[in-house]
Amino acid sequence: MTSTLLEARGVGKRFGGVQALKDVSITINQGEIYGLIGPNGAGKTTFFNVLTGLYPRDGGEVLFAGKPLNLSSPHEVAKAGIARTFQNIRLFGNMTSLENVMVGRHVRTHAGVVGAILRSRSEREEEDAIRRRAEELLHYVGVADRANDLARHLSYGDQRRLEIARALATEPKLLALDEPAAGMNATETAALRVLIEGVRNDGLTVLLIEHDVKLVMGLCDRVAVLEYGEKIAEDVPAVVRADPKVIEAYIGTSAH
Amino acid sequence: MNMLKGRVGLIMLGTALLILPFVLGMAGTAWVRITNFAVLYVLLSLGLNIVVGYAGLLDLGYIAFFAVGAYVYALLASPHFGIHLPFWIILPIGAFVACIAGMVLGAPTLRLRGDYLAIVTLGFGEIVRIFMNNLSNPINITNGPKGVNLIDPFHIGPINFAKTDTFAGLDVSGPIKYYYFLLVVLMVVIVINRRLQDSRIGRAWVAIREDEMAAKAAGINTRNIKLLAFAMGASFGGISGGMFAAIQGFVSPESFILNESIMVLAMVVLGGMGNIWGVVAGAIVLAFVPEVLRYTVEPAQMALFGRTLVEPEVLRMLIFGSALVLTMRFRPAGFWPETRHKREFIEPAEK
Repeated sequence: MTSTLLEARGVGKRFGGVQALKDVSITINQGEIYGLIGPNGAGKTTFFNVLTGLYPRDGGEVLFAGKPLNLSSPHEVAKAGIARTFQNIRLFGNMTSLENVMVGRHVRTHAGVVGAILRSRSEREEEDAIRRRAEELLHYVGVADRANDLARHLSYGDQRRLEIARALATEPKLLALDEPAAGMNATETAALRVLIEGVRNDGLTVLLIEHDVKLVMGLCDRVAVLEYGEKIAEDVPAVVRADPKVIEAYIGTSAH
Repeated sequence: MNMLKGRVGLIMLGTALLILPFVLGMAGTAWVRITNFAVLYVLLSLGLNIVVGYAGLLDLGYIAFFAVGAYVYALLASPHFGIHLPFWIILPIGAFVACIAGMVLGAPTLRLRGDYLAIVTLGFGEIVRIFMNNLSNPINITNGPKGVNLIDPFHIGPINFAKTDTFAGLDVSGPIKYYYFLLVVLMVVIVINRRLQDSRIGRAWVAIREDEMAAKAAGINTRNIKLLAFAMGASFGGISGGMFAAIQGFVSPESFILNESIMVLAMVVLGGMGNIWGVVAGAIVLAFVPEVLRYTVEPAQMALFGRTLVEPEVLRMLIFGSALVLTMRFRPAGFWPETRHKREFIEPAEK
């Protein structure tokens, strides 16, 4: 018995005259790894940005955990339980790895200015808890040995992992990864795959945009394909792979 | 061992700060006054450091909050309206009003960054000054360019901060009393700054400075957190302004010109954005250097040439300006940079 975690209905997005997303509807089930693929410029990242509140949408709605998702601002989306990473890694470069993850705890903690100035007991306890959780997450993604290094000094693969740790710090139900394997070598990709599977086994749902078709097909339970802002397929990998429309989108037709 | 060393150093610094006004007093009360103004600049710089150093919001109109605090004090403790409230009531009111002004400035500028924000804040600073200049008609609120005079000094019980008292055979002048008061306020402000820096809010400020979009996606309500930075910075400015009005006994709009905003910003940047001790050092140096030059430039020329070749004021600003340029050339991250900033400037991002 699977239950729906996220349901996007008829999501649209225009940039001036360009219809970047046309009526995109997808359904992500609880506990699955859901892949979103498509050729360059198909609207995958745009969909991500609409889904996480970075872009205002033009029509459509998103239900998350049975409730309409407030897409008015990104922090509301994070609060509702969707955390994301970025295609071109966006860490707080001049903060340490630990601090980066600690920032992710912001949305689940409460200390304000007064608490910070008075160093009240509850503030100190919360601060300790933030630090402990951040350390755990650094261990979890495997960059604990770089905890006190500036994020910008980490290797590319470690930066990707750190960004995932920061996203996990917000206690998401859905972890949305935008091309996490981009620029990774084979070893790093293999390790990433283990990490993503681990995240799923810990009860989270994963939405994955990826170019690496092998990774997507091997990892995802279901896959949707976007082309020119429209969904052209959504099914288990084996079916999608054989879909003529998908093959056409990726390889092109032989003759016109 | 290190701990002990630190403690000895702290005790020595404390003692030095305690006897400083008496030593300076020997050179003339003017130097105690100059020190007081230097401490006021330090307070202002620490306030601006929250906005510029932590949250990365370039504010070129910061002196407006200082002006608001000064005028709140002036109007509530002078014959102008005939109101004479005690300072411990007015200072919090001044901080509160400045805090509101900070949010009034912050709210419409939330979407702006960098140079755009700088221009709007610059305009805001000028608007406040021009208001002070013109709010004498039709109802006389600020007394216009003439300013507000005869402002009450601080009173703590029987101690009047405008008069000299003798404690245990030691003459303690008004400026010396203010000095100790300022020192206490400064320590409180430094503690507040440090605690904010290492808090959930402080991390959110730095995160916004580093990457606003990522900060949003990580769940930070950037609108509120930025407003908070403006409000906190403005409150510090407001308190400093109130003390300024009391020390000076007089306020007028010309104390709050754009140059002052730029001066405070220079203190933050020169000292080392984001680093509390760097900002303190920057403010002290920049506050004292012009004064030292003021007292040495003319005698030096007289001794060398027998007459004054270059007006002291001109030469003073020339030396001051060159010093700024040289500092930025050879220590671009400030005298005492925040380690994060230093790295950022010395090895540019490879992106």
